[in-house]
Amino acid sequence: MATTELSPLQLGPVLATFERRPDVLISLLQAVQASLGYLPPDAMGAVARHARVPRSRVYGVASFYSQFRFNPAGRRRVAVCRGTACHVSGARMILEELERTLGIAEGQTTEDREYSLETVACIGCCGLSPCLSVNDEVSAKLTPKKVRKQFRAAKKSAPR
Amino acid sequence: MTDIMTSKVQVSIDGRTVEVDRSATVLAAALENDVFIPHLCHDPDLIPAGVCRLCFVELDGRLVTSCNTPVTAGATIRTDTAAVKETVRGAVELLLVNHHRGSLDCDEGEACELQKIARFVGIDEARLRRLRHPDRNLAADTSNPFLEFDPNICVLCGICVRTCDEIVGVAAIDFVQRGVYTTIGSAPGEQWIDSDCVSCGECVVRCPTGSLSLTDVEVPEREVKTTCTYCGCGCGIHLGVAGGRIVSARGVRENPSNEGRLCVKGRFGFEFVNAPDRLKTPLIRRGGVLEEATWDEALDLVAEKFSVHRGASFAAIASAKLTNEENYLIQKLARAVQGTNTVDHCARLCHSPSVAGLVQSFGSGAMTNSSQEIGDARCVFAIGTNTTAAHPIIGLQVMRSIRQGGKLIVANPRRIELAQHADLFIQHRAGSDVALLMGMMRVILDEGLHDPQFIALRCENFEAFRESLARYDDATVEEKTGVPFARIAAAARMYAENSPASILYAMGITQHTHGTDNVLATSNLALLTGNVGRPSSGVNPLRGQSNVQGACDMGALPNVYPGYQKVDRPEVKAKFEAAWGVELDDAPGLTHLEILSGVTGGRIKAIYLVGENPALSEADATHAQEAMDQVDFLVVQDIFLTESARYADVVLPAATFAEKEGTFTNTERRVQRVRKAIEPVGGARTDLWITCEIAKRLGAAGFDFETAAEVMDEIRALTPSYGGITYERIEETGLQWPCPGADHPGTRYLHGERFPTRSGRGRFFPLTYRPPDEEPDDEFPLVLTTERSLYHYHTSTMTRRVPGLELLRSEELVEIHPQDAAALRVATGDEVRVTTRRGEVVARALVTEVSPPGTICMTFHFHEAPTNVLTNAAYDPVAKIPETKVCAVRVEPVG
Repeated sequence: MATTELSPLQLGPVLATFERRPDVLISLLQAVQASLGYLPPDAMGAVARHARVPRSRVYGVASFYSQFRFNPAGRRRVAVCRGTACHVSGARMILEELERTLGIAEGQTTEDREYSLETVACIGCCGLSPCLSVNDEVSAKLTPKKVRKQFRAAKKSAPR
Repeated sequence: MTDIMTSKVQVSIDGRTVEVDRSATVLAAALENDVFIPHLCHDPDLIPAGVCRLCFVELDGRLVTSCNTPVTAGATIRTDTAAVKETVRGAVELLLVNHHRGSLDCDEGEACELQKIARFVGIDEARLRRLRHPDRNLAADTSNPFLEFDPNICVLCGICVRTCDEIVGVAAIDFVQRGVYTTIGSAPGEQWIDSDCVSCGECVVRCPTGSLSLTDVEVPEREVKTTCTYCGCGCGIHLGVAGGRIVSARGVRENPSNEGRLCVKGRFGFEFVNAPDRLKTPLIRRGGVLEEATWDEALDLVAEKFSVHRGASFAAIASAKLTNEENYLIQKLARAVQGTNTVDHCARLCHSPSVAGLVQSFGSGAMTNSSQEIGDARCVFAIGTNTTAAHPIIGLQVMRSIRQGGKLIVANPRRIELAQHADLFIQHRAGSDVALLMGMMRVILDEGLHDPQFIALRCENFEAFRESLARYDDATVEEKTGVPFARIAAAARMYAENSPASILYAMGITQHTHGTDNVLATSNLALLTGNVGRPSSGVNPLRGQSNVQGACDMGALPNVYPGYQKVDRPEVKAKFEAAWGVELDDAPGLTHLEILSGVTGGRIKAIYLVGENPALSEADATHAQEAMDQVDFLVVQDIFLTESARYADVVLPAATFAEKEGTFTNTERRVQRVRKAIEPVGGARTDLWITCEIAKRLGAAGFDFETAAEVMDEIRALTPSYGGITYERIEETGLQWPCPGADHPGTRYLHGERFPTRSGRGRFFPLTYRPPDEEPDDEFPLVLTTERSLYHYHTSTMTRRVPGLELLRSEELVEIHPQDAAALRVATGDEVRVTTRRGEVVARALVTEVSPPGTICMTFHFHEAPTNVLTNAAYDPVAKIPETKVCAVRVEPVG
């Protein structure tokens, strides 16, 4: 069965700047993500048709690279550091607490699109471990309790 | 060149010196010499990948993966050194950990190659415990009715991914995610059934771990080698039987038509044979109701009525689903017993223009090439054929040609699957084929891309043809086709400059009021460029049904005896009168449409309708239904109580292809055996037996056949092109006609030396563009064209009795372009009413860019929405095929 398609008006101009060849695939995915913020299935279908590659290969390639996302990013992108220093000081507990507090799993976005949750290999401030960043602002020396407090409060104050 | 390819080299394998092909891989060389090397991702049909890391050997002291390493002369190969064993054992251990979480107790039994390999290399379970085991437990995907995927036991050898890409050309699946999360998938969260999978099962056949498996497997007690009953590809299958039922099918590897490959219908489509509602006893209409009767009652009644309606008032409609032997007997019954040449069959509705057209231009109305040759073409020009849907196994050859660097030109009003693979896609207006093809030819001539030597030596009537090209100037061609001329010119160059080029076409060419002209246009194009008479080079009408080629060959046509010997030639008439011992009529009989209009006109009084369903398949089906309702005496011989059987006076229950002996001739002219796998269900009898019984009860001699082989003996004696075909010779592999003598090897491609025309030359035809009979107007502003679904066949009498196929496609859908849908305020899933001058049908809409603006498309598979109530019965003056591909319609939302 056919899927509903993004209107060509949305993606057409982005696609039009690329040749219709398989080797443009990654650049094309980057351009589509830059314009939509993520890669919805319909957009990957349009990319597949434009670059003349199978749909499965588009997803295969896109899901191989951590730069591509398949959910819209939240207005606040929470990135939990899983670098070595953070890992040994309890990053896993921080992540689990966040998943509970926000009600989403790693890689997902809250329904109100306020928060998205991801992990990163190292933020680069190991002395402050365990840490996370919300957009570009780092929260340091975390404990599950601190996380709960920070995000409960933030959730309440978030604009409706 | 050939020498180098086939020459042998000596290598040493584990100390033994053997001779192997120079082009072999180390793995192939070892396996050929009975030395086992563990392997999971190797398949002889796939490009070596070296993914699974199990096939290590030492080649001249160096560890290499044997599946993708070629042999070299004098190489020393060891499969048994300590280094090899340790490396392979390590690789097996790592795979086992991901497969059933490291247990050696595998549920997959014999399907699991990994388990066999583990036994071969000797795995210690204690050693497995030291490895880290994956902790994820993913749900199995059981969404597809025919196959299941269990990601937990998948070892990511990728054989399924490569099969779907390299062989099937669909690439529905790929490796997705990364690292330890890698799995096989298609799109985020997408279930198998929503992927692009065509359910052919080729991946399942090759999966070495049982991760991909067939749903509802029943192990057959025995297998019978036969020929598939669906499309004209004519694939060899092993039918599995258990408890007197058909339970499985698998491809015959040695069969050149399919080389072991099957499509969804050929692998999964045989449940209909044992469907509970098969006709099991004859039925006679008494007091307006069809009641059960004995064979004697039914046959005596048929004979009594047929004896009254001899000569011009009798008509037989044979079937492209029957064997050659049965078609031969039906035409013999009509001619020798009933004294009329009025015998026809559904080829009239699909490829009669191919027979009429190609006989005029080439002298023979069949595919010039073999299916396999298409894969070796440098250019495939597919016009009016949705090959991957209607002829899936020939579709695989198109994919093979592309993979080998061949060019693909697709011309179709619809953006079919193949269009995505095409180097050039031409979306021309339905019915504008003559303008398109003649426009291409003018470019070829203007630019000197034609083959003057071939034209001079092998062709005739070139000058008249050349003059007719002048009418196809750029502007005219553009106007008629709706395609920018530059694109048409590019197609012309691509076709002319890449030889050998093969034209494929199907009903998009034939089902028009100018179907014969369309066919002649394709033969003009091939002659102009010298693309006939060599391997992979020719004109190839893809025949629709399993034995439509054979039914034509057997003379189930009103103007010819078996072997296309014309009924109005005195010497031919004399030959058959002598053979059959009766006087014969020399007037050609009526065609399919003429038979039905002959009923309403009062001429035809009795119809013997075998294995055919005009109530759904005939253009302007309402008229066909009226005719069947009106005719004095209608006998329907079929496997189910079809929509047409409901009009019958007598219904005779016939056997399916799985219940009888005989032969089918596939689209590449290959005559192949059909073999009995099970006894006919209930009281059903073979069509061969039934036709002979009717003839005998009519007092006719020459119908005392005990076996199909005896019928073939008579066919061979009277049909020159079948002269050398015996059951002994086709026991293993079929033969391609012409095969005139007992020592003739059969013919892979036609017209190598001369054309079988009177002059021995191929004939050019000047052509005039004629528009379709019905064009859109204010009242009926859209064009309706028709198509086939991969999942169904003809009027779906068989396929809709296969629950899995019914699940994959369960209803008629009106394909409509988003622009037209928006104008009508229709969305996918909405019910729409489609109306023509002849009738109306209600079905749900599918909004898609596959159909061009202004054109909608429907199949004719579904009796709930009988599309042919809409179609136009206006027909081609030569071939008398109705124009089922174009009519004018109005679409309205319902409610």
